[in-house]
Amino acid sequence: MLIHLKVFRFDPQTEKAPHYDNFELQAEPTDRVLDLLEKVRNEHDASLGLRRSCAHGVCGSDAMRINGKNALACKKLVRDLNSDHITIEPLLGLKVIRDLIVDMKPFFEHYESLLPYLINEEPLPTDGKERIQTEEQVLRYEDTTKCILCAACTTSCPSFWADGKYIGPAAIVNAHRFVFDSRDRAAAKRLKILNQQFGVWRCRTAFNCTEACPREIKITQAIAEVKRAITTGKLD
Amino acid sequence: MSNIHEFDVVVVGGGGAGLMAAWYASKSVRTAVISKLYPIRSHTGAAQGGIGAALGNYEEDHPEWHTFDTIKGSDYLGDQDAISFMCEEAVQAVYDLEHMGLPFNRTPEGRIAQRPFGGHTNNASGKPVRRSCYAADRTGHMILQTLYQQCIKNKNIFFDEYQVMDLLIVDGAVAGVVAVEMATGELHTFRSKAVIFATGGHGRIWEITSNAYAYTGDGPAILARRGIPMEDMEFFQFHPTGIYKLGILITEAVRGEGGILFNNKGERFMEKYAPRIKDLASRDVVSRAMYLETRAGNDVNGQRFFNLDVRPETVNKYAEIDGRTRPDGSAYQVTAAEIMSKIPDIADFCLTYLGVDPTKQPIPVQPTAHYAMGGIPTNKYGQVVIDEKNTVLPGLYAAGECACVSVHGANRLGTNSLVDLVVFGKHAGINAAEFAKGADLKPLPEDPTGEVMRQIEALHAGSGKERAAALGKEMRVEMFDHVGVFRTDEGLQHAVAKVQELRERFKQVRVADSGKVFNMEMLQTWELGNMLDLALVTAQSALARTESRGAHARDDFPQRDDATWLKHTLAWLDGEQVRLGYKPVVVTQYQPKERTY
Ligand SMILES: Cc1cc2nc3c(=O)[nH]c(=O)nc-3n(C[C@H](O)[C@H](O)[C@H](O)COP(=O)(O)OP(=O)(O)OC[C@H]3O[C@@H](n4cnc5c(N)ncnc54)[C@H](O)[C@@H]3O)c2cc1C
Ligand code: FES
Repeated sequence: MLIHLKVFRFDPQTEKAPHYDNFELQAEPTDRVLDLLEKVRNEHDASLGLRRSCAHGVCGSDAMRINGKNALACKKLVRDLNSDHITIEPLLGLKVIRDLIVDMKPFFEHYESLLPYLINEEPLPTDGKERIQTEEQVLRYEDTTKCILCAACTTSCPSFWADGKYIGPAAIVNAHRFVFDSRDRAAAKRLKILNQQFGVWRCRTAFNCTEACPREIKITQAIAEVKRAITTGKLD
Repeated sequence: MSNIHEFDVVVVGGGGAGLMAAWYASKSVRTAVISKLYPIRSHTGAAQGGIGAALGNYEEDHPEWHTFDTIKGSDYLGDQDAISFMCEEAVQAVYDLEHMGLPFNRTPEGRIAQRPFGGHTNNASGKPVRRSCYAADRTGHMILQTLYQQCIKNKNIFFDEYQVMDLLIVDGAVAGVVAVEMATGELHTFRSKAVIFATGGHGRIWEITSNAYAYTGDGPAILARRGIPMEDMEFFQFHPTGIYKLGILITEAVRGEGGILFNNKGERFMEKYAPRIKDLASRDVVSRAMYLETRAGNDVNGQRFFNLDVRPETVNKYAEIDGRTRPDGSAYQVTAAEIMSKIPDIADFCLTYLGVDPTKQPIPVQPTAHYAMGGIPTNKYGQVVIDEKNTVLPGLYAAGECACVSVHGANRLGTNSLVDLVVFGKHAGINAAEFAKGADLKPLPEDPTGEVMRQIEALHAGSGKERAAALGKEMRVEMFDHVGVFRTDEGLQHAVAKVQELRERFKQVRVADSGKVFNMEMLQTWELGNMLDLALVTAQSALARTESRGAHARDDFPQRDDATWLKHTLAWLDGEQVRLGYKPVVVTQYQPKERTY
């Protein structure tokens, strides 16, 4: 089928403002949007800037706006879009560096601000083996371990657009992953940070994040659990 | 000359091997990680099935059994001292990962859960053993995340989206690396007492592949151009179960959980090729079986694919036939929900890319290029060794998929790459730090960035008669057809000539984009050059080896030939030519035997 592809372009070295380029491509309904972009690069314009690596939705490189909605280009197929007109734009709320490539630094800073690592200074089991954790305890936080830090959620969030100082859903998801891990000992510390001005209370439950997540993490639920833990002081 | 940095240890690559190395090195010396991708985008994150270690959490198991299985899996080309070291260390490495916070699945007692995987056996009974420690079907994702998290905790220094393009060697020792900062196009020189390469694989040389776009073999190619030989490059693993046409991997864990392979006649064809462990034979064996079935006209619809069936009714039927039991001795019978909970990501891939629900329909699969057993020659300390006598190049280390220790020999067992990463990543990091403590920075060569500038200028100076995208496609097709699952003298000759031709034509490519900011056209064209170099080395090494062993299967030499070929290939890239040499395999207690499953 013939696809009309409209792509956001911006080269800071030569342009003051962005523009759009249009390409007409032959595609299969089962082609990934990433395949189309690669086709553009291979056959039309090799200078198109984008990040990609795994090409099957696990590395988090190629989150972008596809027909107005955040998604991974490698996980959206042409047939999923129900349209032969496809518009590709960079994520919102992060500075565009070139074409579809945005500045991820603020995103990673928010992520790091919530101590995204296991903190437990207690002695390890004396036999040197694993700490015991039941399958039930794993299930308590398993969903949020799936995050690939693609930023699709955070950059779909109206609160984040309104103020980039808001830590955003991805950072909260990763805090959740440790707050509810029975092996971790720093939940209070993280909840304190989450309780601050640009923390979890900026979330207005717009649900955009949950819709945008390519890993189908129940983000709104995770955020609600974190809010509840702050208010009740309990982790169950 | 403004951008000069100084470190004790520089790690090139932020995947599993690189992060492990950096984590350990940075405990004692100033360490930096340079990575062309954000570390968490590395391909370690794609690993699905698990990491092998003889924890014995369900049943009897021993590192010695893991060692023997790995040696046998390697078709006796693996170095036995290194393999035994790796399998011993694997146990502690997995506990270390758990202590770092890795969310493993658990046994009913709350210990790390384990599942069966191809080629891993109870050495007494020959039956599959549960050795693969897993976190659903995203074990690699969890390893990568956990290590990255620990590096943040450790305040490790990262240079993200910097692509290393050259290694500096002065007076036979390492002086540093040169990298381009992708966001600005500026060149940076990193002076360092020791450098660890952990750049991953090069499976993008082949048409159907499970590998990421980033898998272009930069590290090995850089070193090859600096006169360091590549070891055993003819051994590249084709995984039997890639999604038809797309190559996306369907982990062996699907068969570990009871999935069965069928041909167009509905036969469970692996019975013929591996009567004892059938669908869980090692990868080379299964991929070859598929090729032979295809040749016999037994592929589905004549389209070179097979059906991988993990529907509960199929799993249960064959589990009963095989007499498979659960750890508590009861019969192994599963529900759709249980299957989904063990392989959620696989189910998601099938739904997304094929529109197939694997609990209701079989998955169409075909062999896909997957893993580089060969690469930068190292010893078990992670040091790069540069000749037949294993002479060390002071200060140079390598670990992970880009390295060849060799622990995988002619064929890697599933779950053993993740073991390789954590074990040798750790030891390369520790040893590089030790080396750095006793070493001085080498003086920089006169014009440290000169070679990189020359390469970049050449990419912009071609006539433009040839297009990189077209050459890349020709390379991938040629390599898949002639340097793939089965090889012949004729095909390999053809491939060598073709790759030589492509390298010649590559000189006519011109990068049109002269910009500095994220010039992906320049970087990816440079990567194509790397792949062409490694493709030539691979095809030449394969042409010379007139036997069949592990992943290197020759139609014209179907037998393994230990008398002549129980040795590692070393291949030097001398300009347009490849020069071959060989070094012995380390055999300790296991004499080569015929390999049957
Ligand atoms: C789909 C899939 C599933 C797999 N499943 C399993 C499994 O279940 N069990 C198992 O044991 N193995 C598995 N493997 C194999 C295993 O995942 C890989 O071999 C392993 O993760 C490689 O790790 P690494 O650290 O060597 O490289 P990577 O994790 O790929 O890291 C390479 C790093 O090098 C960097 N880099 C590359 N070139 C440059 C350059 N020029 N300059 C700067 N940086 C550079 C990259 O940015 C990246 O950070 C699987 C592989 C695939 C593809
Ligand atoms: S390229 Fe890795 S998520 Fe799309």
